[in-house]
Amino acid sequence: MTGATEREVGRARLRKEDARLVTGQTTWTDNIQVTGLLHLAILRSPMAHARVDRVDVSPALERPGVVAAFSGRDLAEGLGSLPCAWPVTEDIVLPDHPPLAVDEVRYAGDPVAVVVARDRYAAADALEAIEVDYTPLPPVLDLEASLAEDAPLVHADKGTNRCYVWPLATGEDYASVKERADVVLKRRYLQQRLIPNAMEPRAVVVTPLPASGEYTVYSATQIPHILRIMLAMVTGVPEHKLRVIAPDVGGGFGSKLQVYGEEAIALTVARRLGRPVKWTESRSEGYLATHHGRGMIQDVEIAATREGKLLGLKVDLLADMGAYLMLVTPGVPILGAFMYPGIYKMDAYDFTCTGVFTTRTPTDAYRGAGRPEATYAIERIMDELAVELDLDPVELRRRNWIRHEEFPYPSVAGLTYDSGNYEAATDKALALFGYDDLRAEQQKRNERGDTVRLGIGVSTYTEMCGLAPSRVLGDLRYGAGGWEAASIRMLPTGKVEVVTGTSPHGQGHVTSWSQIAADVLGVSFDDVEVVHGDTKAAPQGMDTYGSRSLVVGGAAVHQAAVKVVAKARKVAAHLLEASEDDLEFAGGVFSVKGSPEARTTIQEIALATFSSHDLPDGMEPTINAEHVMDPENFSYPHGTHLCAVEVDTETGRTTIRSYVCVDDVGRVVNPLIVEGQVHGGIAQGIAQALYEEAVYDDEGNLVSGTMADYLVPSAVDLPDFVTDRTETPATSNPLGAKGVGEAGTIAATPAVVNAIVDALRPLGVTEVAMPCTPGRVWQALKEASA
Amino acid sequence: MIPPAFEYARPTSVDEAVRTLAEAGDEAKVLAGGQSLLPLLRLRLAFPELVVDVGRIPGLSGVREDGDTLVIGALTTHHDVIRDPLVGRYTGLLAAATRTVADPAVRHRGTLGGSLAHADPAGDLPAVALALDAELVAVGPQGRRTIAAREFFVDYLQTALRPDELLVEVRVPKRYGWGFHYEKFNRVAQAWAVVGVAALVRRDNGHIAEARIGLTNMGATPLRAAASEAALAGAPAAADAVARAAASAAEGTRPSSDPSGTPEYRAHLARVLTRRAVLAAAGGE
Amino acid sequence: MTRISVKVDGTTYEDEVEPRLLLVHYLRDRLGLTGTPVGCDTSNCGACTVDLDGETVKSCSVLAVQADGSAVTTIQGLAQGGEWHPLQKAFHERHALQCGYCTPGMIMAARDLLRENPVPTPDEVRHALEGNLCRCTGYQNIVRAVLAASGQEVAS
Repeated sequence: MTGATEREVGRARLRKEDARLVTGQTTWTDNIQVTGLLHLAILRSPMAHARVDRVDVSPALERPGVVAAFSGRDLAEGLGSLPCAWPVTEDIVLPDHPPLAVDEVRYAGDPVAVVVARDRYAAADALEAIEVDYTPLPPVLDLEASLAEDAPLVHADKGTNRCYVWPLATGEDYASVKERADVVLKRRYLQQRLIPNAMEPRAVVVTPLPASGEYTVYSATQIPHILRIMLAMVTGVPEHKLRVIAPDVGGGFGSKLQVYGEEAIALTVARRLGRPVKWTESRSEGYLATHHGRGMIQDVEIAATREGKLLGLKVDLLADMGAYLMLVTPGVPILGAFMYPGIYKMDAYDFTCTGVFTTRTPTDAYRGAGRPEATYAIERIMDELAVELDLDPVELRRRNWIRHEEFPYPSVAGLTYDSGNYEAATDKALALFGYDDLRAEQQKRNERGDTVRLGIGVSTYTEMCGLAPSRVLGDLRYGAGGWEAASIRMLPTGKVEVVTGTSPHGQGHVTSWSQIAADVLGVSFDDVEVVHGDTKAAPQGMDTYGSRSLVVGGAAVHQAAVKVVAKARKVAAHLLEASEDDLEFAGGVFSVKGSPEARTTIQEIALATFSSHDLPDGMEPTINAEHVMDPENFSYPHGTHLCAVEVDTETGRTTIRSYVCVDDVGRVVNPLIVEGQVHGGIAQGIAQALYEEAVYDDEGNLVSGTMADYLVPSAVDLPDFVTDRTETPATSNPLGAKGVGEAGTIAATPAVVNAIVDALRPLGVTEVAMPCTPGRVWQALKEASA
Repeated sequence: MIPPAFEYARPTSVDEAVRTLAEAGDEAKVLAGGQSLLPLLRLRLAFPELVVDVGRIPGLSGVREDGDTLVIGALTTHHDVIRDPLVGRYTGLLAAATRTVADPAVRHRGTLGGSLAHADPAGDLPAVALALDAELVAVGPQGRRTIAAREFFVDYLQTALRPDELLVEVRVPKRYGWGFHYEKFNRVAQAWAVVGVAALVRRDNGHIAEARIGLTNMGATPLRAAASEAALAGAPAAADAVARAAASAAEGTRPSSDPSGTPEYRAHLARVLTRRAVLAAAGGE
Repeated sequence: MTRISVKVDGTTYEDEVEPRLLLVHYLRDRLGLTGTPVGCDTSNCGACTVDLDGETVKSCSVLAVQADGSAVTTIQGLAQGGEWHPLQKAFHERHALQCGYCTPGMIMAARDLLRENPVPTPDEVRHALEGNLCRCTGYQNIVRAVLAASGQEVAS
């Protein structure tokens, strides 16, 4: 009955999730069909900024199949402002954010009216009938100009476009450290806006039970638990009457870490009409309506000695909030604030972020959320410093990084990096990459003056993830904690249900959590099922984002399983008439030391506890257990990524020739899943470096408004990646895991851009703005030769 | 998104199709493979009252020979063009360029006639038709007429086809012993060409006797690089001579500006890609 | 309304449909065959790829009326007698999916490739999948899975 002889943790288990996904037996939100289901469609502002003078939905009501239509004013009653859970400063400017605009629209795509019809076709048609009068207002697009005294305002009632100023100064005084520096470099980097592009567009279905006032919300969300709380607050539906289910969710990358207007609108409409409703975004609609990522201007200054010892770093950010503050919009740059010093030792660090409102789609978390931006800035300027000091870029890093024997290490930004081995990861990566050979080839080709240049980029990163210690989040003014819950139900037939508060959308939690539980409980992998993503079935949770699921949620599963074993041990001791101390537990079997024939399995104990005929005196008749994990520290994955590019100086095209990475994500539960996460992360990092950008025109219209214009790379546009690992366990959780969801994205972007600049440096190029399109590379070459 | 409502006709003959188009006036759209039209409908960028589905009219697909001319039915899919032995033998440039169109699933549905009638200057095939000196045969209420490719592409997404005309076939002169190459420059595999160059070269004794060069996405219509063609006539099939001729490839072009490139960059690309395409077509490197 | 007859995964359906009804919405909303998802509105993502009379198409860019008289195979019709298609197995065994949203289209596109080219090179696999976007995997394991399904040795 008990099966596990081999350790599950560390095994490349094939995923339990796959069976329904490869056969099409999925439950995407848009698949849900309910009797009487009505479809919502949303009319959106065609302009970036305008006063709404009149909205007349009545012509839409005349259209066939239309059941209802509402303007912002019609729905205002009972539909509050959308929440921002991370007001990063006390005096932050927090504008009102109605899910449906009432008086003013502030970005192209801002919802203006909603129609409800019997099918999606009728709903789409009816939108055309709605009449809206707008008075155009000036768009606000330039982050610097918008801070001027006389700049037009996104939120006139607030009197400023400055959302907040968040400073951090740690270590010694930066100005005095700078005084003693031999070299001070200052650079400006631009983090273009990105569109996350989860493959599944967002969708929401709400089914009401009018008689009891209960509502079930199905949403393509990463955060069913947070969504439930927030929807209760926004709509006034009592929290205990709301059930939120995240069915199969097709990727998120932060874009579904959100409380969206459409979710609140769908709930409100279902409540008004007493009928089930569905809304599904189209891709091009999502490009306007689903939050964007990045969008920053980074002014970075680094001070060092002539020998290449870093002294200090100063960072000034302008961060584009977009038109409104969504769930964690203001906090995204702050997640990055602590990571600008990267893996390096230095004496002083000075950081300021100014959040700025613009008339564009709101920004919020996108894979890495603040940390890719930070890593990009430090890794780019380290390369520039290496050139300035005539040092190999790897050597400069080596001279400054924290050595493995120095952990735990208090970073200059105030974090405690618990573990790591940057030397080991870098040495392994250099060897796999053939660094010295590539440098030799590069030199030859530069001497020959090849039109196709070879460039080599390095990126040595760490990140803070595993969000997070609740106390720290509180200090940062985040509205919630960072714990995660798990419970384990030992079923009478010997099967096991693991209930997790994480909400997977592609990460394979069902598989990994099964491995963790199977190991601790000594049951077989196949005997474990994992329940998630339903606030009724998994009532307690903080959901999935920030590479937190394994290090917090997986660790909670581990600890809950430990508690189950402890309870089972009491029952086993009772049944075997032995003292608990005399019991051994291995492979799911309790046995008495010295008399191995006296044994019972944990699954037999589950049955015995179910019947409860013969339990220890006073024992509560259950061996089920739950655990809420609140880690004491973040975790700090790290690694070294190396990229070799060929840049055609005639056309400006960059081709990735080889890509090698060695990541240290701590102990690995499932190497297959870890490798997959690294691949996908690198792909998105490369995409930022080479392909993707949300481009707006001077009027504030999204130019890259469809998937034909926003260039998501295909299989042809990405190389094979060589991945490897070192394994330095994290100390902040019992699994020793560090998290892997964002690592690739954080590391890859600067590796690629460093390689491009490295290729072109002999031709005078020192910077190419992202995405490094062929046109931009060509322009940079032209300017360098002018 | 959802296409707007439209009436639908599925004629079974060219005559019936033409009659249906004539009755509808300007309000009809022809549906062949639908790979250009359906995205436009879904984005609600087109609102036809009537969609005339010509996809089942017999006799409009396939490739046949007519003396020195290859006749390709307008409904021949990209997939079939790529694999057709006659196309491969007599007009390999068309097959080579068609291979770069969109992706396999789109190539299964998309048709040669549809691509040309849609007349997107960023599409690959209009410039190829121009370089090939193709003729396009249309049928209307007054019967058949033949339109030279250079007269066919009138403006951005506009052709010489009248609303009541149906493109039925594409006639391409057979070419013997011409080298060819289509140099497409795009940013990701599925993206439209930033610039594309279709080159046909007839060599004679180490020289380029004749060259025909079509430019994709260098203006509101596909264009010929006439100055480069003239400079190549009689030039040695060598890198420096070709480069000199390619330097005038952007003359007379009016490329657009978008996030993938400024007009200046496109002009530069046209020169570089023309050099590369001509050298490849000439059998050089 | 137009009357159509379409055979989907072996079953023949006759329906009255609006001419503008997209094939993918016919499959999903009318037939309840939700294994084929929709990922974009410009025929770029390929999530909705199905087989129409022996060739892949993007079912978001085909009208249901265009499929009249045709046979459609979706991801839900691939397994035979409870036995997964070799590509379904390979995608599972090579961890070629994460969220799985692109998977039906990827498998249909790969199946089309292997019919035409039973032993493709890695580069040919990548080109055959150029019309199918995945945001999770970086494609490497997808390429490995297709190669493995073609019977080739693939490093893991």
